[in-house]
Amino acid sequence: MASDVKNILIVGVGGQGIILAADVLAQVLVSTEYDVKMAEVHGMSQRGGSVNTMIRFGTKVYSPVIEKGKADYIIAFEQLEALRWSGYLKPGGTLIMNSEKIKPLPVLLGNAEYPADIVERLKQKNIDLIEVEADKLAEEAGSKKAANIVLLGCLAGFLPIGKEVWHSYIERRVPPKTIEINKKAFDIGYGLLVKAAD
Amino acid sequence: MKVLLSGNEAIAHGAHAAGVTIATGYPGTPSTEILETLSRYEEVDASWAPNEKVALEVGIGASLGGARALVTMKHVGLNVAADPLFTLAYTGVNGGIVIISADDPGMHSSQNEQDNRYYAKAAKVPMFEPSDSEEAAFLVDEAFKISENFDIPVIVRTTTRVNHSKSLVDVDIERVVKETGYEKNAKKYVMIPANAKERRRLLESKLDALAEFSEGFSGNRVEWGSRHIGFITSGISYQYVKELYPDASVLKLTMTYPLPRRLISEFIGQVDEAIVVEELDPYLEDQIKAWGLQVTGKQYIPNIGELSPDIIALGLGSKDEEVEPSGEDELPARPPVLCAGCPHRGVFYVLRRLKLIVTGDIGCYTLGVLPPLESMDTCICMGASIGNAMGIQKATGRKDVVAVIGDSTFIHSGITPLIDIVYNQGVSTVIILDNRTTAMTGQQDHPGTGTTLKGAESRELNLEKLVRAIGVESVRVADPYNLKAVKQVIKEEIEKEEPSVIIFRRACLLVEKSNAAPFAVNEKCNGCKVCLKLGCPAISWEDNKAVIEPSQCTGCEVCVQLCKKDAIVKYQ
Ligand SMILES: Cc1ncc(C[n+]2csc(CCOP(=O)(O)OP(=O)(O)O)c2C)c(N)n1
Repeated sequence: MASDVKNILIVGVGGQGIILAADVLAQVLVSTEYDVKMAEVHGMSQRGGSVNTMIRFGTKVYSPVIEKGKADYIIAFEQLEALRWSGYLKPGGTLIMNSEKIKPLPVLLGNAEYPADIVERLKQKNIDLIEVEADKLAEEAGSKKAANIVLLGCLAGFLPIGKEVWHSYIERRVPPKTIEINKKAFDIGYGLLVKAAD
Repeated sequence: MKVLLSGNEAIAHGAHAAGVTIATGYPGTPSTEILETLSRYEEVDASWAPNEKVALEVGIGASLGGARALVTMKHVGLNVAADPLFTLAYTGVNGGIVIISADDPGMHSSQNEQDNRYYAKAAKVPMFEPSDSEEAAFLVDEAFKISENFDIPVIVRTTTRVNHSKSLVDVDIERVVKETGYEKNAKKYVMIPANAKERRRLLESKLDALAEFSEGFSGNRVEWGSRHIGFITSGISYQYVKELYPDASVLKLTMTYPLPRRLISEFIGQVDEAIVVEELDPYLEDQIKAWGLQVTGKQYIPNIGELSPDIIALGLGSKDEEVEPSGEDELPARPPVLCAGCPHRGVFYVLRRLKLIVTGDIGCYTLGVLPPLESMDTCICMGASIGNAMGIQKATGRKDVVAVIGDSTFIHSGITPLIDIVYNQGVSTVIILDNRTTAMTGQQDHPGTGTTLKGAESRELNLEKLVRAIGVESVRVADPYNLKAVKQVIKEEIEKEEPSVIIFRRACLLVEKSNAAPFAVNEKCNGCKVCLKLGCPAISWEDNKAVIEPSQCTGCEVCVQLCKKDAIVKYQ
């Protein structure tokens, strides 16, 4: 039996709201009766290190980890992390990349260069690159902090799950005062793809 | 109802269902969230012990009192708790005791990757290894029954991938709490040689009974497929094998001590080739070979680091040599860093300038070994810094040796070595970095914070009084944000011909948020880079000048004290 399992990788830097976005995604997938597994690595990553969360769903999922070259989608919250993890994408896979750049310590100290050609390098790969100015769009929705939900919205456009389902899980997971902002942020992200298709 | 739970949440859930009333442990990745989850149940007395040995001893007492007790720790924690464990195997239990040993293959956040399965064998206690969250919840519940039925403590050994991966768990198990009661029984619980000799023999017969139980245990099972290859596997490796070879036969072992010898032997007899797939050491393979059975394993599967489906497929030749996607290896790394405003930073800056021998310890402050601070000479295990300093001082005759240790680590295992310095006439200086929390593992309280895991106000351990009581007469307290004071205090204390303790006290900013206004760099900056030597993530180097990102800056003013040009000023 061919496996119907889909793989989504979320990468970024500690403190960018990745865990929350991944939780909402996972809960939505669980609500649709899929088997879902999710792998996170905690620990040192809290201190500004590179962070990743892997989510796999399908009829039956065994391993919680995604292998190199197997991800259907990557959401990258940061450009350098997008490039770092791009090898995890399968040929023709989709990379949703926030245009945000966060310099790692060697760059801050002037000991290394932040690559200037990330977008070009990504464009040379056999992948579908979607750049999203998530911070700016989140500000339009009411708060820069909702950038994670803009990116989630963008991914949601690819999945066969209704917008209301996403909204209901966002409502459950974000602080009550920010529900409207986050829903709006989600809709902006969700709408991007439709626009791209025009 | 099925809910997505991490392995740790599932363990907490299973323990709750099993009627655990007492749960204790010491934080340590990847085990920490188990007790944090359990602490939310009002009916569970969940607590952070000062260290793992104390935790297990409290667990033993709770068991004697008739309660079911859960004791949690990371793999290296079991080294600390090993002493009570080995004798607990002899005494056995009253209420069930389950010990969670959370191993960290690949060392995501540990100083070694020891394989704790050997502890079960060495201490002669049964062990279970879950492969996902549902199994973790089930096994913890089962383990309590087994602990009581066989009168023995049980180890549930997990790995990072199980603790921190989420999968679906049926949460409709009902909590059953049994009656508690204490019964005096010196022959069983007082391990003088005469009693211990008897218990030792009894333990062997319990192990025989457990081996028989293991043969029929539902978690040890064969999933038949093609008989060409048969995999023998346990824990997370089972998932990887199923992912890669859905059609192969698999012997899934969940109770991995004692092992079901007949089941294994029959399985091997019915497949053309038997391969053991296990993470870290050849624990299963060696035992199976010792029985004279024909298996392979570590000749294909690495014994270093975490496994993954790719690593297994490569080892077994079902995948070709990996072609690395181009270029991504030379990207600048993103190492973990001390947070902006971290009170540890200035101390390490000064230590580096003073060119001292710095014996280090484990916590966030261990990041002081990385560039640009690079001011730590050793890091072995929790509490080791103080004994290490004493040893170096004795061997070299040098006075300029300082131990650096966090508040939680000092309470965990720094007190006895400090007694050694005092008693054996050492003169080392011990620096306690008191950031009022166990920051590394996610800001847990400890005796020095005066708040318990359940959030209750308690008595705060007074470090100054404690070290004075030990016999340290030179005790200083200073603010680590004040670089001048840091330098002066250290210089004075290392000169003294006596043991001394310096407490640098300031709360971790993840516990007490900073209200201070941020700073910025003005046009006076001449690009001398002195502020960059702090390795603060709020400061960067752009166009030959330092730049402070105001949204990152916490206003700690440590860099301000270094700037000779007065170029760092309040952000407008
Ligand atoms: C025996 C053992 N138990 C637990 C751990 C996990 N651990 C590493 S450091 C640490 C505590 C750090 O707290 P503290 O000393 O206060 O330093 P901070 O991180 O706050 O700077 C813990 C619990 C370990 N490495 N070894």
